[in-house]
Amino acid sequence: MFDATPSDAVGYVMVAYVFFLLILLIYLGIIGAKLARIGRELSELSEEFEASEEPLEGRPEGDRAGV
Amino acid sequence: MPSNSLKYLSALTTFFLVGGFALVFLWTPMDADQGFKQKIFYLHVPVAIMALIGFMAAAVEGVRHLRSGDSRHDLNSYVFIHISVVFGVVALVTGAIWAKASWGKWWVWEEPTLVSFLIVFLLYCTYYPFRYAIEDRDRQARYASVFAITAGVFVPLNFIAVRMAESVIHPRVFATAEGGLPGSMLFTFLVCFAGFVLLWVSLVKLELVGKQVSGQVSKLRRQMLGQADRSSAGRRISPQAEA
Repeated sequence: MFDATPSDAVGYVMVAYVFFLLILLIYLGIIGAKLARIGRELSELSEEFEASEEPLEGRPEGDRAGV
Repeated sequence: MPSNSLKYLSALTTFFLVGGFALVFLWTPMDADQGFKQKIFYLHVPVAIMALIGFMAAAVEGVRHLRSGDSRHDLNSYVFIHISVVFGVVALVTGAIWAKASWGKWWVWEEPTLVSFLIVFLLYCTYYPFRYAIEDRDRQARYASVFAITAGVFVPLNFIAVRMAESVIHPRVFATAEGGLPGSMLFTFLVCFAGFVLLWVSLVKLELVGKQVSGQVSKLRRQMLGQADRSSAGRRISPQAEA
């Protein structure tokens, strides 16, 4: 059976754990970017919503009801 | 509040994973046979087990979707498979690293444990092209559920077949006549396993929250644009939570 030297073994173990952490960080980074994009979309939507509400608020009561 | 529960879940996951890794490197005794390289066991085995459990959980959600027609179960099944495939990648790579350290080879094609896990992993990799090849969302969800169930049934059958087959070099640690793991190693393994179960649940919840919020934003946009039909939502690649 092949046997890595003790220093090799430390290297292999470290690579395995670092690989796991790297994958986890990449995954969290992707999710974080996705959530940030959704946040931007949401703020764009609220700005659009506020912009569409403004002219309505400026008009008299009768106009708003379509009378 | 989903965000609060996610916060607690993330804290618990960090606690178990950091605690588990601390036990691995600072407390657990060195394996008499393998030495330091056996430390990969506490990462590789829980991740592989969790990937397989995730695939089976996806099958359960597939059954629930077909029975109820509720798209939330389809979404759950999709997310379970998605996270389990990521765990599968980690299991395969850490397994290859461990194999290189122990056997001097990155991969042994004669070993049923390795090859069967690779087959299961590749089977689930076909889930994505299979799913996205179908345009109609309802049909896509139904077919994806059938896939999840069929592949999910294959997972335990495959596991049993591998246990019955003669192992070439891959160790069988649990439920063996030789007595299995010593107490301290078993304790560390269980802490690490709990950490990876929590990590899997946290990532699933995070992904589901993202899809829920994304679904709500799409719904808001449609309402603002006055679009009653859902044609734009149908073009999305992955399934979305109903807002």
